[in-house]
Amino acid sequence: MVLSGNDKTNVKGVFSKIGGHADDYGAEALERMFATYPQTKTYFPHFDVSPGSAQVKAHGKKVAAALVEAANHIDDIATALSKLSDLHAQKLRVDPVNFKLLGQCFLVVVAIHNPAVLTPEVHASLDKFLCAVASVLTAKYR
Amino acid sequence: MVHWSAEEKQLIASLWGKVNVEECGAEALARLLIVYPWTQRFFANFGNLSSPTAIIGNPKVRAHGKKVLTSFGEAVKNLDNIKATYSKLSELHCEKLHVDPENFRLLGDILIIVLASHFARDFTPACQFAWQKLVGVVAHALARKYH
Repeated sequence: MVLSGNDKTNVKGVFSKIGGHADDYGAEALERMFATYPQTKTYFPHFDVSPGSAQVKAHGKKVAAALVEAANHIDDIATALSKLSDLHAQKLRVDPVNFKLLGQCFLVVVAIHNPAVLTPEVHASLDKFLCAVASVLTAKYR
Repeated sequence: MVHWSAEEKQLIASLWGKVNVEECGAEALARLLIVYPWTQRFFANFGNLSSPTAIIGNPKVRAHGKKVLTSFGEAVKNLDNIKATYSKLSELHCEKLHVDPENFRLLGDILIIVLASHFARDFTPACQFAWQKLVGVVAHALARKYH
């Protein structure tokens, strides 16, 4: 799945509209993922995963920062997220299926807070972008 | 048989009561065809699907979207018997339409996003859970008679 010029423009547009709210979106996406797909909590036995948890907020900030970084280096996401890719392959080893689940929740959060931004074309681009990020993060798994 | 808590049933029914089936159905199907363009393979006779604008404005897409979401309403009305509700439709999708069941999951995910964009904060995490569970159950029921 290759990101077209239009896709890149659309994705950068989304993140520029999200602006300073990215941290909150990250936290809310995680909260929704834990609520909607309880099996994802198995990766966080060391966390308080209840709604409003400070740990989830902090982790959401990290997730959002990675997505913003990828969007800012959208021509070479693999290089931008190389360290994160190593981390997921060697230490975290989150099953690849879960990236789709978090991606779905991130799209839901964008839809809730910015329905006008998430036109069908932008939805398509953002979905592709999230797939590309997931691909990079799982690229070194085996 | 799927177990639904009283809260889940309430969340599903109360949201469904506010859904404009024609609009949401049309939007969900259009988004499926735009976000996952390979799904257009099932709609070769729908005419112009050459661009997002064409897809959104396509009357066959709108009509079929309405039909699909109307059928979804049957699941909402028969939460305790979704398997039986979709038995014939499952056979149809396998034997006549030849649709890979993965597509039911894709459409379900798209529907969730359409609902989220329409209901915003009312689409709480608990609501999302109940509805994501429902679309999963419907997808499973539609795939059940495949052979």
